[in-house]
Amino acid sequence: MPATYEPIATTTFSGSTSEVTFSSIAASWTDLRLTFVGTSASQALAIQFNSDTSTNYSKTVVRTDAGGPSSFRNSSLDRIIIASLNSTPLYVGTDIFSYASSSFKTVLIDEAQDQSGSGFVNRSVALWRSTSAITSIRLYGYSGSNITGTATLYGIKNA
Amino acid sequence: MPSTYTLISSNVLSSSAASVTFSAIPSTYTDLMVRFSARLDRAVTDSTIQITTNVSGSVYSGIRLRGNGSTVSGAAQSGAASWEQNTINAATSQSNTFSSGELYIPSYLAATNKPASYFQVTEDNAGTAYILAIANLLSSTTAISSLSFGGYGFNFVSGSSFYLYGIKNS
Repeated sequence: MPATYEPIATTTFSGSTSEVTFSSIAASWTDLRLTFVGTSASQALAIQFNSDTSTNYSKTVVRTDAGGPSSFRNSSLDRIIIASLNSTPLYVGTDIFSYASSSFKTVLIDEAQDQSGSGFVNRSVALWRSTSAITSIRLYGYSGSNITGTATLYGIKNA
Repeated sequence: MPSTYTLISSNVLSSSAASVTFSAIPSTYTDLMVRFSARLDRAVTDSTIQITTNVSGSVYSGIRLRGNGSTVSGAAQSGAASWEQNTINAATSQSNTFSSGELYIPSYLAATNKPASYFQVTEDNAGTAYILAIANLLSSTTAISSLSFGGYGFNFVSGSSFYLYGIKNS
């Protein structure tokens, strides 16, 4: 069985930048997985594919915080918010399926943001309405605040 | 480019056990993942897994999202001595049925507080089924070198299995 689950690239945010772009992503894998662990001033952490800033994204969320569970959805977004950063380290894993296919791209998001008695847990599904293969991913703080942490992009093969 | 996602250790129970511990976890990875299939011998339909590390004290917290097929709920835990993750199959649930789960701990060596993500399902073709997602936090700057799964005073039954993987980001 061939090896799979390969690290493609890693970026360490040292607190002096608010974004990174993973570019020139080869079509060598079946799926992609982007992980992030880190902090920043309070802001959203977002992704965009292939520099697409049009309203081609949507997302549905089920979540809970200390106040209880909820679910909501947003359509025609210009980015996918994958996490809500603050001073407590959070983890978010983002699975991007069949990223090189000619169909729209489905994304699953696992966000774990406990703050010792508060915080939240989110599970989300997102869609990028594009038939283009994903060749770049921009990961960025939506308010432009600098980030501390690590982001890694993995490639996963199905054969 | 090296592949990653390496099996560090596994423990498939051939007899019941009160806990399963992975000790002396090497510091050669970036993240850790545990995948398990487990069932407890407590004489109820469902019960709780406790997860601890080499770090002791009231440093474990979490917030849980859980659905049981009819309702969805949220609950928070803080200042605890373990991550309490419920609910898994126990002795009076559907026979031959084990809950499945995954614990992901990124940057387990980092000198910061450590978030962790937990996902688990329990199904029994009856009224005691659950799907849950938990955001955990270990409020400690100590590197994680051991992980232990316990049954709150009850035993994991024979056939329960636990697999520890290491993931490198380079």
